[in-house]
Amino acid sequence: MPWRARGRRVAEATPNTADNSVLLEGLVKRFGKFTAVDGISLTVRRGEVFGFLGPNGAGKSTTIRMLCGLLRPTAGRAVVAGYDVARDPEAVRQHIGYMSQRFSLYNDLKVMENLRLFAGLYSVPQRVLRERMDWALAMANLEGKEDLITGTLPGGWKQRLALGCAVLHKPPILFLDEPTSGVDPIARRQFWDLIHAMAAEGVTVFVTTHYMEEAEYCNRLSLIYRGRMVALGTPSELKRDGMHGELLLVDCTPLGPALELLQSAPAVLDAAIFGSALHLVVEDAASAIPLLKQYLAANNVDVQRMERIHPTLEDVFVSLTTGHGAAEEHKA
Amino acid sequence: MWSRLKQMLMKEFIQVFRDKRTRFILIIPPIVQMLVFGYAATYEIRHVPMAVLDLDQSQESRDLISRFTSSPYFDVERQVTSSRQLDDLIEQGNATVAMEIHAGFAQKLRKGETAPVQVIVDATNSNTALIASAYITQIALGFARSYQQDWIGRVAPQITQVVPSVELEPRPWYNPNLSSRWFFVPGVIGSLTLVLVITLTAFAVVRERELGTLEQMMVTPIRPVEFILGKTLPFFLIGVFDVSLIAAVGSLWFQVPFRGSLGVLALGAVLFLLCMLGVGLLISTVSSNQQQAMVTAFFFIMPAVTFSGFGFPISTMPMWLQYLTYLSPLRYFLVVLRGTYLKGVGIDVLWPQMAAMGGFSILLLTVAILRFHKALD
Repeated sequence: MPWRARGRRVAEATPNTADNSVLLEGLVKRFGKFTAVDGISLTVRRGEVFGFLGPNGAGKSTTIRMLCGLLRPTAGRAVVAGYDVARDPEAVRQHIGYMSQRFSLYNDLKVMENLRLFAGLYSVPQRVLRERMDWALAMANLEGKEDLITGTLPGGWKQRLALGCAVLHKPPILFLDEPTSGVDPIARRQFWDLIHAMAAEGVTVFVTTHYMEEAEYCNRLSLIYRGRMVALGTPSELKRDGMHGELLLVDCTPLGPALELLQSAPAVLDAAIFGSALHLVVEDAASAIPLLKQYLAANNVDVQRMERIHPTLEDVFVSLTTGHGAAEEHKA
Repeated sequence: MWSRLKQMLMKEFIQVFRDKRTRFILIIPPIVQMLVFGYAATYEIRHVPMAVLDLDQSQESRDLISRFTSSPYFDVERQVTSSRQLDDLIEQGNATVAMEIHAGFAQKLRKGETAPVQVIVDATNSNTALIASAYITQIALGFARSYQQDWIGRVAPQITQVVPSVELEPRPWYNPNLSSRWFFVPGVIGSLTLVLVITLTAFAVVRERELGTLEQMMVTPIRPVEFILGKTLPFFLIGVFDVSLIAAVGSLWFQVPFRGSLGVLALGAVLFLLCMLGVGLLISTVSSNQQQAMVTAFFFIMPAVTFSGFGFPISTMPMWLQYLTYLSPLRYFLVVLRGTYLKGVGIDVLWPQMAAMGGFSILLLTVAILRFHKALD
């Protein structure tokens, strides 16, 4: 059966990929008539923490599952650690660690039993077994918890154990599918420290998330929306260039009527409530501010503050996704 | 290969034996079910509730009624006074059999005429009705014959010596007391094993799919064969244990004789278990959650038991259905079970059944392994 064949690396055949751990070329996945992933192309360099950011249902998990050889691409191709995922999923599996969205270790096994099971399945050699398991336990900060039943651990511990199990065989590439969902903020922060520690050792980390603040921890980001990649770059690049227009913060009362007014106001490309204030996207901040102040005052809205601010990733994301259709028209 | 399989097996055994409920399920329900089925699954009828309306009130009518009263098959619970009451009792289900002896019953008999007796049988359960009717006929004929002999003895005593008659001497082989329990207990062993192994296997794999642990397994370098072996081997051993357990209950508690060779029965059980593991695995490959597995298993188990000859004799089914029965592995195992338990026959007689089960197990397991891809789509 083809899934067992120890394939040759295809990296040699593809120029400029020697430094790339993950390569996607026009990757497509359709389920029946539904297109979950719609032609994504990107490369991830060795040792990079690469973030795959997007709302639920954007196609993040489907992409990561294709990269792990769990789903067959409908079209396009993906090369992971030098192996084509469609032709040689078994070779890919030897070189990756994977943590799925849902906690998927055995809850009824002890911490140590889970580690030993996965070490065995990845054929970790007997002579380094003890050392690797100790290392994974230390990394996951679970020393002394070896005999606890996994199901009784708190969420953050479980996630660290899952990571421990995924890296026992020291894979050069790690796929983490929303590794921190359902984990409290402190545990989340600790988890990201772990990810960076691994990346520092040369491990490539491909991670999906829908937490905007987590995206800031990534070296590079790809924004995914409805199966398509809408932006790619470092977090600061995205914040600088990702938005069409300039962003204004408006503190005013009453908020609701002001939003309605601004949505139909000239020069305003987009308006949305952000916490207790409004965020506006305008073509040119300098000329828009006096105009809008006047407009709001004329309509009995009391403006406390209106100034240009730097967009957060969330602003960029909202702008790219809600204005996605409009932006494309604009370019044309 | 061996080290990965060893890890799988260790994990499975830890999981099975760590869970109190699983440990319980493997031992107690099979025993309880064997006991319950052993008592419940029977064709024999005893203590059928019977109502009687005696409008004749004669020596003869009382004599006839007493034959029913003293029979173990009927409980004459009510003597009523109108045929209306008789109908009501049948309708309410308080009596399964109702007998009405008309006035003039004794008179007709004394004149040497035929005296009709009306018997109503509630045939909602056709099987019980059939057997009850047979017992009623037997009792009535017994009454008639002894009355005839008395009558002839009185009217023409010289004839008694020369009345020709045929005496049947039936010899029921293998089950001399015609105990239906002897017939059913081996069948219960087979069908209990079927239900147990299919559901355990199907659920074990589907549960992993549902919990997401299967996905985690699939990204490891484990091979499908290793995974399937790791999943099924424990259930195979558990199956062997449970077959032995319920077979022991059948032999020790219900005293069903075992006349054949244990080796032959063991071979049959192993082949049958392999078939059932194959079915369980196949069900797990087409089910994405436990409810689906449950429904699919149900749709297999019902016909597999019905067409096995467990309760209904295959020889009375229409021809096209009889061909279908060859698809039920239980059919073959029941022949092996009854053959070894009651008949004491060996492999020289049972080899076709063994071959069929062997063939089925190879086919089912191969298809199950081929269908089990290490992919989610």
